[in-house]
Amino acid sequence: MSATLARAAGAPTHTTPRTWLALGIGWALLIAVPFWIPFVGGYTDLASRVLIYALAAMGLNLLLGFTGGLSFGHAAYFGLGCYGVGLMLKYETHSTLLALLAGTLLGGAAALLLGPVAVRRRGIYFSMITIAIGQMFYFIAVRWNNLTGGEDGLTGFRRHPLHFPGLTVPLGTTNFYYFVLVFFTLGCALLWGVLQSPLGHAFVAIRENHKRMRFLGIPVARYIALSFAISGLVVALAGSLNALLDNFTSPNDLDYTLSGNLLIIAVLGGMRSFWGPFVGAIIFVLVRDYVSSLITNWMTVIGLIFVLSVLFFPLGVLGFLRRRSAQ
Amino acid sequence: MGIVVLLDAFNGLIVGAFYGLMAIGLSLILGLNGVINFAHGTFMALAAYLAFTLMPVLGFWGALVVAPVLAAALGFLVERFLIRRLYRREPIYSLLLTFGLALIMQDLIRTIWGAQGQPITIPNLLDHPLSNTYFFLTGYRVFVVAAALLSTGALFAVLRYTRLGIRIRAGNADLETVATLGVNIYLLRAANFVLGIYFAGLAGILAAGQLGLTPTMGDTLIMPSFVAIVVGGVGSLLGSLLGGLLIGVASGVTTAFFPAASAVVIYVIMGVMLVIRPRGLLGQEGLLE
Repeated sequence: MSATLARAAGAPTHTTPRTWLALGIGWALLIAVPFWIPFVGGYTDLASRVLIYALAAMGLNLLLGFTGGLSFGHAAYFGLGCYGVGLMLKYETHSTLLALLAGTLLGGAAALLLGPVAVRRRGIYFSMITIAIGQMFYFIAVRWNNLTGGEDGLTGFRRHPLHFPGLTVPLGTTNFYYFVLVFFTLGCALLWGVLQSPLGHAFVAIRENHKRMRFLGIPVARYIALSFAISGLVVALAGSLNALLDNFTSPNDLDYTLSGNLLIIAVLGGMRSFWGPFVGAIIFVLVRDYVSSLITNWMTVIGLIFVLSVLFFPLGVLGFLRRRSAQ
Repeated sequence: MGIVVLLDAFNGLIVGAFYGLMAIGLSLILGLNGVINFAHGTFMALAAYLAFTLMPVLGFWGALVVAPVLAAALGFLVERFLIRRLYRREPIYSLLLTFGLALIMQDLIRTIWGAQGQPITIPNLLDHPLSNTYFFLTGYRVFVVAAALLSTGALFAVLRYTRLGIRIRAGNADLETVATLGVNIYLLRAANFVLGIYFAGLAGILAAGQLGLTPTMGDTLIMPSFVAIVVGGVGSLLGSLLGGLLIGVASGVTTAFFPAASAVVIYVIMGVMLVIRPRGLLGQEGLLE
């Protein structure tokens, strides 16, 4: 029963050898990124960015694709992660790991507290409330000048080498990529674990038919709030990593434009599949990086990606591939 | 001190009128079309820029009439060729579509009119204070409030007494039944979308005269408009207007006492409202809760 449900929901089941093969090649490529990426005209920081956006979009997708909650405010938790890391490193600590933990928990705690407020409404009104709540943090960051640096953003912090007993690891570009990869893997493992558990199956069941779940005596709103919190936590982890990557953060990391970008990443790759947002992040980040280096009107190109993928490619890349292989 | 608070409250009322006008348009489209129109703010800016271009030819009053119509015409094309294709799909698609449109239109505005702000000249008639004590009561500000109330009144008259308006309200209650009764709901939704955009355009020109004309002017107004809808009550147009005025005044009064919090206070109001009265000021009970 639960396996059927999971398959119907597009949860990862990995029964076919082909999926195993694709996953194996995928992870091998990820581990080898610093060695091959210069040869295809990329750079390692770009790969780190892809992983970070992928993690954020996958975290959002737990709520969006697997629970059916359309949040347009997840940039807030991303940005809270950024500011949490920045402020910790600037004022409190030299430990990169501690700052990462603080940023992640800050964003996760905010999602835990605000989820129950947002779930008081359903459907597009839920989306509207999540946007409004998210924008609140944007305005706080802009106005609380002396702490956050206002519109100019928060500067004056940088990631420090990792100190273990008897070992110091400098976080240069390559090492930092592996640092991101480790936390990307942890985040994926968390999301995967949730989706395989009874809790994850409840999320999917709510997406499919929330009324029926309510008739069964499941406190639907509480479950959606829980999905909101877990997804916010993962997005905050991604945000924290993003601040470490840039050694900088600004209100743009909190703005609803970022929420929109994370949503389109999920849709572009396929929001019904676990790895969909990862594929979406590769496409989105590469196109944005390339186009914004070529022309000034790159916003139009991003806008066109939104419009065209919604009109002609609603299943996303992985959804499209799955449907073709099913036929 | 008293007059300062009064000044800030009145400023808040003006801004609240813009929120309210915008929230009404958003609310109309949200209700019947089921779309959160992220491009609302850019339609608004576009109408204001069109008015800016038309003003040398038509004057302020002419532009005030023509520019929103032009924006609404573009709105018709957007509904007809893009949004209509998405009605049967999940809401995320129309949401992302209007979001993408907003990006494209904003880029377009920037390319045509430049990223810097442009000056809007308001008629001499409206440009001086009406009273020496209450210096902030300029003709233009009073005009803005009057125009907001008048156009909302006109909208309510249309919704109440015309066939189109009655159908729109019926469609809000139960679109399927309206379709079964032989009403062309595609045309109805198109008309409704156009009406919403018209209101955005009107608000845009009025706001440009007060707050300045920049490509991102819609962005700063659209978020509070969402809040206005939630506070005023989902599904109630009058609620949207009241919600807009309320948060505008609240934010204005906060400016007098604690300026840094003026942008945040509206979200606090929304949060409190959601906790104590989730359906908002005038929202119907049980609707989408």
